[in-house]
Amino acid sequence: MAAASVSTRSDDRLGFGRSSLSRLPDKALRWGLTVLAAAILLLILFFFIRLYIESRPVFSKFGVFGFTFDNNWDVSHSIYGALPLLVGTLITAATALIIGVPVAIAAALFVTELCPGRLRPPLTIMIDLLAAVPSVVYGLWGVFVLIPRLKPAEQWFTDTFHFIPFIGGAAVAGPNYFIGGLILAIMIVPIVSAISREVIATVPADHKEAALALGATRWEMIRMAVLPYSRAGITGAAMLGLGRAIGETIAVTLVVGNAPTIGKHLFDQGYTLAAVIANEFGEAANNPTHRAALIAAGLVLFVLTLVINAAARYFVVRGSRGRRIGASDAATAGAAAGLGG
Amino acid sequence: MNPQEAKEMTSEPPATTRGRFGREQGAATATPVAAPQQAGHRVTVGELNAYYGEQHAIKDLSIDFEPNRVTALIGPSGCGKSTLVRCINRMHEEIPGAYATGKVMVDDTDVYDSRVDVVAVRRAVGMVFQKPNPFPTMSIYDNVAAGLRLRGAKGSHLKERVEASLRSAGLWDEVKDRLAKAGIGLSGGQQQRLCIARTLAAEPEVILMDEPCSALDPIATLKIEELIDELKTKYTIVIVTHNMQQAARVADTTAFMLSGELVEHADTEKMFTNPDDDRTEQYVTGKFG
Amino acid sequence: MSAVPATTAFAPISGARRRKDQFMRGLLAAGTIVALIPLVLVIYYLLKRGLGAISWHFLSSDPTGNFLGDPGGIKSAIFGTIEMVALASVIAIPVGVGVALYLTEYGKDSRFASAVRYFVDVMTGVPSIVFGLFIYITLILSGNVGTFAGWKGSIALALLMLPIVTRSAEVVLLLVPDHLREAALALGAPRWRVVSRVVLPTALPGLVTGSLLAIARAAGETAPLLFTAAIVNGTTFNLGDRMNSLPLQIFTDVGQAQDRLVARAWGAALTLVMLILLLTLIARFVSRRSRLT
Repeated sequence: MAAASVSTRSDDRLGFGRSSLSRLPDKALRWGLTVLAAAILLLILFFFIRLYIESRPVFSKFGVFGFTFDNNWDVSHSIYGALPLLVGTLITAATALIIGVPVAIAAALFVTELCPGRLRPPLTIMIDLLAAVPSVVYGLWGVFVLIPRLKPAEQWFTDTFHFIPFIGGAAVAGPNYFIGGLILAIMIVPIVSAISREVIATVPADHKEAALALGATRWEMIRMAVLPYSRAGITGAAMLGLGRAIGETIAVTLVVGNAPTIGKHLFDQGYTLAAVIANEFGEAANNPTHRAALIAAGLVLFVLTLVINAAARYFVVRGSRGRRIGASDAATAGAAAGLGG
Repeated sequence: MNPQEAKEMTSEPPATTRGRFGREQGAATATPVAAPQQAGHRVTVGELNAYYGEQHAIKDLSIDFEPNRVTALIGPSGCGKSTLVRCINRMHEEIPGAYATGKVMVDDTDVYDSRVDVVAVRRAVGMVFQKPNPFPTMSIYDNVAAGLRLRGAKGSHLKERVEASLRSAGLWDEVKDRLAKAGIGLSGGQQQRLCIARTLAAEPEVILMDEPCSALDPIATLKIEELIDELKTKYTIVIVTHNMQQAARVADTTAFMLSGELVEHADTEKMFTNPDDDRTEQYVTGKFG
Repeated sequence: MSAVPATTAFAPISGARRRKDQFMRGLLAAGTIVALIPLVLVIYYLLKRGLGAISWHFLSSDPTGNFLGDPGGIKSAIFGTIEMVALASVIAIPVGVGVALYLTEYGKDSRFASAVRYFVDVMTGVPSIVFGLFIYITLILSGNVGTFAGWKGSIALALLMLPIVTRSAEVVLLLVPDHLREAALALGAPRWRVVSRVVLPTALPGLVTGSLLAIARAAGETAPLLFTAAIVNGTTFNLGDRMNSLPLQIFTDVGQAQDRLVARAWGAALTLVMLILLLTLIARFVSRRSRLT
C-alpha cells in the first residue's frame, strides 16, 4: 500500500492523504463484497457441475438423448427414459399458459387501463396475494376441493367433445393433466399479471392520447396504442410464467396423478419432471442408479428453466425500453411473486 | 366495411329530423345543415370552467372561434390555453380527477351534452399534439389510415383517402415511395406532418393544435405554418402557441389568456399593434411571460 | 357507395363499434374476476376446513405418528419452520444485502457487476426443488448418506431467498439519492461510513420489506426441504437433527387417506397461510413508512 500522499481517490476529495491504515476498512469492505458477488457466480457454476457429475451414471447407461427422449420410465426394471415426464411437463405447462396468460393479461389491462382509480390498489393487492399462497396449500386445495368438484364437469366435457382427438371419451381420472395445468395456471397468474402491468404502464401517454383524439373507443385505444407497444414485454411475462409452470413441483405432484406414462387424453393421469423428483426421491435413497436418474431429471429441468428464463428476460427488457429500472422492477415483481415450488 | 355497418350508415335519416348527435329525436336544429364538408364550422365556448381536482384552471371563459379562420391562443405558461383546447375535444377529462362544466358548441351541438358520444366528438374535433406522436408500431400508411380504419374504411377507398390526406398535409411526395416504412423513421417535422395527415384523414370539422411546432426546427416550422394557411380554407383551426411571431404569421384572430381567464380576443393585427387591454399590451411587448 | 359518408354532424359511432367496446371491456373485467376466484375459494376452504382443526392442543402437541387414534398436533412443524427459516434468513439477508451493496456502490455498470446481476436473475428462475437437489448432492451425498438436518434445509432455503433479497435490495439501494452519498463523501467520510451511516439507514425500511417478503416465501416452501431436512415427529431445537416443518407436514398428511390427518393438514395449512399473511402485512406496513418509495 502506498504511503500517505496526495490521493486522487474519489472519496478523498480534500486532497489530503490518509494513512494506509485508515483506508483499511474501505478496502476490506470493497473486497469483501466483491468476493461475495463473485461467489454467487462460482456457486451456480459449481452446482451445475455437481448436478452433471451425479447424473453421469444414468447418462452413460442410456445416453443423454436416450435418457431424455426414451418413452419408458420403469423404476422396477431400472429403465429410465424420461419422455413421459417431459411430455407431462409440456402438457401441464401448455395448459397453464393457455388458461393463465389470457386471464393474467386481461387482469393487467383492466387494472391499468379500465378500472376506476380507487379500485386499483385493492385489486392489485389481491392479484398479488395469489402468489403468497404456498404451493403445498394449492396442492391440498386441489386434491380435496378442485378434483372432486370438477370431476363431473370434466366427465361431461370429455363425453360431449369426444370427437376431438386429445379430449377423448375415456373415463376421467381424478388427478390428471388438466387439473395439474389448472393449478399451474392459477399459480402463474400473479407473476404474468404483475410484469404485464409494469409493461403496460410504460406505454407513453402520448400514444394513448393520439388514439383517443382520433375518435377511438377505449378498447380501440388499447388495441391501437397499448397492446402493440407492450407486445414484447407481455411475451416476456408469459415466458416467465412458463418457466414457473415448468419448475413447479409440490402442487403438481399432488394433483397430476404421478403415472409414468404418456397419457393420451387431457384428463388422463400424468407425470412431470419436477413431480418425479419429489415423489421418488424417498425410495431412491438406496438405489444409486435411480438416484442418478432423478438427479438427471433435475438437470434437464434446470437447463430448461435457465433457457426459458433467459429468453423471457430478454423480452421483458426489450419491452420496458425507456425506463432504466425496468428490468429490475420487473424482476423484483417476479421474484416477489414467486418463482419456484 | 361490413354490410351491417353500411346499412346503419345509409339508413341514417337526414340531419334535420334525427338531430346532430343522432341518438335521439328532438334536437334543437331547425335549419338543415346540408353544406358539404368544406364549409366552415363555428366553435362557441360558453362559460367554461375547467378543474384539475381542486385546482380551478379555467374560469368562466367564453370565446367564439369563427369558421374557416385560424385563431391563436397566446399567454404565459400555465394560463390555461392547453386546457381550453383540450376541453373542446373533451380530452381534458381523460386526466384523473379533471372535469369541466359549461358549454362548448360546435355549430349547433354542445359537445358536453349528455346525449353526445364523446368518441364521436373526438373524431369531429381533431387534435395535433406538441410532440409528434405517430404510432410507433405502425407504418406511415397505417398511421394515416388509423382513424379511417376505426370507421370501417377498406381497400381502394382507404388508399384514396390516405393519399389525399398525405397530399393535404404536404407530405405525399416525400413518403409516397415508402408508405410501408415505420412512421417513426421520419424526421421530426415530417412526423408532425404525418400526425396532421392522420388527423385530416379522420375528416374532422375543427382542428386543434397544441404548440405543434415547439419541438421542431425553423424550416419544419415554416412548412407547417404554410400548411395551416392552406388548411384553413377547409377547417376551423385553433392553435395554441407561445411564439408570438408565429401567431402573427398564421392567425387571423388571436386570443390572450391569463390565469385561466380570457383577457382579450381580437384581430391579430390589432392585438399586436394596438391592444385594448393593458395586460395584453404588456405581454405582447415582452414585459412579462 | 362510399364506405365513409361525408358527415356534417357528430355522426355517432356505429353500433357495432360500441358493442365491441362494451363487450371487450366486460371481457377484461370478467377476466379479472376469474383471476381472483381461486383466491377467494382457497381462503374460503382454508377457513372452512382448517379453523375447526385449530385448537391449543393442536398448536402445542407434536404429531404422534399414529395412523389410528390421536394424530397429534403440529407443534414440531411450527417450531421447525421458525427455526429453519430463521437460520436461512440469518444467512441469506446479510449476503443478499451485501451483494446488492456491491452492485450499487462498487460494481455499478461494470461487466463483472452486470454478470453478477444476470446470474442473480437466473437464480430467481431456478425451481426450488433444484435447490434442494443441490444441497442434497453437496451436503448429504458427499458426507454420510441419510444425514438430513435442519441446517441443511436452511441452506437450501437461503439459496432460494438470496436472489429475492438481492434484487429487491438493489432496487431500494438505487433509490437512495446520490446527492446524499456525495454530501457525506464531500465531508470527508470514508466509503464504509457512508454506507453504514447514510445509505443503509435511509434504505432500511425498503430492505426490511424485501427481506420480509423473502422470509414469507421461504416459510411456504416444501420442495427444498424434501431431501434436506426430512420429516420427523418430535420437536427439536437442534438444527443438526432432522427437523419437521409446516409445509412438509402438510405434504405428508395430504398423501394419507385418514380423515383426521387430512383435517390436520387443513389446520396446518391455515396456520402456515396466516403466518405468511402476517409477514406480508408487516412488510407492507414497514414499506409505507419508507421515505424512499
